[in-house]
Amino acid sequence: MYVYADNAATTAMSPAACRAMEPYFQTIYGNPSSLHSVGQRAAEALEEARAKVAKWIGAKPEEIYFTSGGSEADNQAIRSAALLGAQKNKRRLISTAIEHHGVLHTLKQLEREGFEVVLLPVGPEGIVTVEAVAAALDEATALVTVMMANNEIGTLQPVEEIGALCRERGVIFHTDAVQAVGHIPVDVGRQNIDMLSLSAHKFHGPKGVGALYCRKGVSLRPLIEGGAQERGRRAGTENLPAIAGMAAALEEAATRLEEHQSYVAALRDQLIEGLSQIPHAKLNGDPARRLAGNVSFCFEGIEGESLLLLLDAKGVAASSGSACTSGSLDPSHVLLALGLPHEVAHGSLRLSLSAYNTPQEMEHILSVVPGIVAYLRDISPVWEELEKGVRTHVI
Amino acid sequence: MLYSEKVMDHMQNPRNLGKMEDADGIGQVGNAKCGDIMKMYIKVSGGIITDVTFNTFGCGSAIAASSMATELIKGKPLEDAVQLTNQAVVEALDGLPHHKVHCSVLAEEAIRAAVEDYYHRQGLDVPGDCAR
Repeated sequence: MYVYADNAATTAMSPAACRAMEPYFQTIYGNPSSLHSVGQRAAEALEEARAKVAKWIGAKPEEIYFTSGGSEADNQAIRSAALLGAQKNKRRLISTAIEHHGVLHTLKQLEREGFEVVLLPVGPEGIVTVEAVAAALDEATALVTVMMANNEIGTLQPVEEIGALCRERGVIFHTDAVQAVGHIPVDVGRQNIDMLSLSAHKFHGPKGVGALYCRKGVSLRPLIEGGAQERGRRAGTENLPAIAGMAAALEEAATRLEEHQSYVAALRDQLIEGLSQIPHAKLNGDPARRLAGNVSFCFEGIEGESLLLLLDAKGVAASSGSACTSGSLDPSHVLLALGLPHEVAHGSLRLSLSAYNTPQEMEHILSVVPGIVAYLRDISPVWEELEKGVRTHVI
Repeated sequence: MLYSEKVMDHMQNPRNLGKMEDADGIGQVGNAKCGDIMKMYIKVSGGIITDVTFNTFGCGSAIAASSMATELIKGKPLEDAVQLTNQAVVEALDGLPHHKVHCSVLAEEAIRAAVEDYYHRQGLDVPGDCAR
């Protein structure tokens, strides 16, 4: 049995999404900007896809801009809002310590360009408070960007309340909803969102395509200059097969959202219950306010990458916030932001589930993880020190 | 693949794994904060490393590098063991990804630390060509 439990990294494509792409490779292959009929058929398909994506997040079609994915959407939203702010001498950008690198690295670059970046801390459960955002907001604030759901620990942020606060204060509010769209109900109107990033391959759509929602009335600058595609906000011939696949995948995910949510949450809880039996193990993030598919644990005394390799050999594909999986020396910034010590954060395991997983697969995961953790502890000098009391247990 | 077959083999089936209760020298290097700790145990007789075992907290390549390093020094004179370079460990593993080379450096350092511990326990000075 091989269990794919890394759905926060990417998902398998849904058969419906694959089928939706098919016509645009060899039949309706025209350029949507062309005037001839095969081009115009492509243009119609593009607008149909736009209407579908808009509908499922509560937006208007003209508020949707197709991009190459979540990172591009994040980059464009943040950079655009920063430029707009700078014109009014507003140079403060507010975000959180647990954002995706698509957001964090864009902010870091803007900091080098003269903007002031405020990264708000999160509580031990990995949730930022509206009060913290309110306290950081000032007259010079150009943008608040807070992710809807965290990719590592699955925590859901109070986006609706933060959005309301920003609306009241006249500050642009962007949310990176890459992990949320297709998994939890999203409504940009109800949630007071000005800009939102989404990515197709996180909800069983194709890779390399995403969208940026930008509320009518909020000015959007292009990152990529060139032709007049996407109403001049994103040059380059549209990736129509991928866009059609994304629209189909989102429609399917959104239509069956509640059913999938409760099914996946049951799988998640089965895993959390089983893994909690392992001594000196801790669930990361909020037990209740989390994505239905996210299971994130830290196991004391072991290192995450070796855990992943051994899990893979036993037929489980997972991920870790360990430094060794990232190529850097520091473990995940998200786990560190929770206040976990480095050595504990190194021992993290993320299992992210989708509706394609089964209870039998969860049983398989639970049948192999405890043994591998015990083995790695057995060969770990850190665990030896913990057991001897030379080192103190943190979890 | 990120890792060679040899790395995966040593990762999944480490040689000379475990603690040694009656070790003549023990060396521990690394830092839990950085995610890597290696502990080497050696048994010495007549200047020869007759047995060596290890325990490692770390990534797959750290475990594989420790395992390979023990194979490379087992049965060797102390003088040879301390000459073991991280490059020899990397080559024996058929290569390591660039950002994992530091794991092989730890293996080299752990062996040197175990040998130095042996000399100290014997009340001997660490020979010049062994010290760093």
